[in-house]
Order: sequence, then structure tokens, then C-alpha cells
Amino acid sequence: MAGAVVDEALQARLAEIRQERGDTVAVADVATVVEALLATMTGDVTAEDVQLYKELEGLARYIHAARSEIAAINPGEIQSQFLPSASDELDAIVEATEKATNQIMDAAEVLEDLQGDLPAEAAERLAAATTAIYEACTFQDITGQRITKVVRTLKIIEDRVDGLVRAFDPSFDKTRAAPDATAADKPADPAAAAPEGPRKPTDEELLNGPQAVESAMRQDDIDALLASFD
Amino acid sequence: MAVDLNMRVLIVDDYKTMLRIIRNLLRQLGFTNIDEATDGSAALQLLRANGNYGLVISDWNMEPMTGLQLLREVRADAKLKMLPFIMVTAESKSENVIAAKEAGVSNYIVKPFNAETLKSKLVSVLGDF
Repeated sequence: MAGAVVDEALQARLAEIRQERGDTVAVADVATVVEALLATMTGDVTAEDVQLYKELEGLARYIHAARSEIAAINPGEIQSQFLPSASDELDAIVEATEKATNQIMDAAEVLEDLQGDLPAEAAERLAAATTAIYEACTFQDITGQRITKVVRTLKIIEDRVDGLVRAFDPSFDKTRAAPDATAADKPADPAAAAPEGPRKPTDEELLNGPQAVESAMRQDDIDALLASFD
Repeated sequence: MAVDLNMRVLIVDDYKTMLRIIRNLLRQLGFTNIDEATDGSAALQLLRANGNYGLVISDWNMEPMTGLQLLREVRADAKLKMLPFIMVTAESKSENVIAAKEAGVSNYIVKPFNAETLKSKLVSVLGDF
């Protein structure tokens, strides 16, 4: 029986970890368990035991090396410095484009007000030009929404790095905010779960923001889809 | 029958720049009576307080009340349920268009859009002007 060869101390340690952490175990604890397992291999050993010993020793070395490599990456710095800095830079882009767009709109509105002072043909051309400026200014809304999506993605990465830091450094400050559940992680609205047919997306699942240009539906596609209801 | 360009129009968007763009484009088309709201709940308050709106042009992705929720509230309100409602949004997935249609949207414009698209949808919903 495999369980019988595991000494009582190791069994107690395993039970303790299971009670403390459930299925989530810190890497340091895994290393402790491996080392404890190796310590049980005393007395007469068979060729199979030696092979197992070598494999466990390799696993322990791998875990220690992985810890060192992760520490060298300095995930704490990524989390505390780089990611917030990137989010701030993106917020600044949104702010700057919004300011510039409003300045462009100010100027376009001044031009539009001049139409009444111009001959009909010139006024018409000026109106077309200001319309084109207004249309172009819609980029700011789309840009803002795209950047908001990127900032949300950065937040998810930050949460993952947080998990990584905690896995390799149990003393990490656990009072940090728990990862936000993404829309995909959240339970579906029970009211939307139809008993038959494909499940309808929840309201939250419908908040996708702008699509990539190559995958976005064009206005013609949307018109055709709407017409299919008639 | 020609569209009454003096009709009261409510535009709803959480981006003030977009409100300004739509307002200017509507003004260029001749509309003169335009109000603004920055989310669905503020829009609903205006609609319920002033029963004489002739058109709503709304974004989708807003907080706390989205454009889709606003649309559902409008269609569920006996006094507002016939109000023409155009969604103007960057949400361009077919599931979004279907959800909006099922909720009773009058027409759907995907951002970014141009003045010609806006005018053609207004004609489709309101008639020639």
C-alpha cells in the first residue's frame, strides 16, 4: 500500500496543508512535501526507490530553480510599478485626445458660424467640411473605448501577477484586493438561461466594446440583420 | 408628411464629445430642439418628466443604466413605448443587434458613423425631411 509507506509526520503535514489551503497549495509547501517524502526513504531501498528518489530530487531542483527565476523577474515590481504606470499613460492618452478633439470641435463650430456671412456655394462647401470634421472626431469615442478595454486587460494581468507573487512568496501582503471577476467568470443570469435552444447572452456579456476592424460588423451587415426580423 | 424639425430629441451618451458631435450633426440636418443625458437613468428621468420627446438617440455602454436597459424601460412604459429609439454604439456583434431588436429598437447605427448614415436612419425611422 502506497499510503502505508508514507510516514505519519508527512501524512499530518499533507492533511494540515489540505485543511489550510484546499486544492490551492503554495509552491514552497510543495517543496516541503517533496523534501519530507525524500526523508521517508530510509532503510533498504530498491532500484525502483532509487529511480523515484532521483525523480523527486529532480522535481525539487526544478521547483527551486523556478522560484529563483520568478524572483529574478521581480513580479512585485511589475505589479507595483510597471502595470499602474502603463494604465496611467493610457488614461493620459484618453484625456489628451479628448482635449484635442474638443479644441478641433471648437474651431469647427466657429467655421460653421461663418456660413451665414458667405455666398451660398462657399457656405455649402464649408458646411460639408465641418460635417467631415465632426465625423472624424468620432474617433475619440472609439479610441477611448478601445483604451478602456486595454486598461481592463492590464488589470487582469495585474491580478494574475498578484497570484504568481503569492504562490512564490507566501508572506506577500494578502490584504491586496482580490481579482475582479471578469464578465466571463461571473455566473450567467439564471433568467437568461433558456431551457431549450442556445443560451442568450446576459446583459454583461453584451458589453464588448469596439471590435477589431477585421472582425467588426459593418453598417451594411447590421442593416441586413435588422431587416431579417421584418 | 415631413418630419417636424422642431421635435424634441434626446441624445444619450457618456462621452460628452460624442454628445456634442451628434448634437452638431443633428443641428446641421435642421433639428433645433435637442436635449442631452449622460446615462440611461438620467435619460429616463427626462423622458418621464417631459412627455413630448419625438426621438431618442442613445449609446449602449453607459453606467449605471445602459442604453439597452433604457430601451427596455421605454418600451415597458405605457406613455413612452411608441417613442422612436435609435441605438448608436460601438457594440457591433450580431448578438448585440439581435438583443436590441428584440428589445424594440427602431434602428441601429454602429460607431464610427458618418452624417449620411445618421440621416438615412433618421429618414427610415421618422420619414423624409
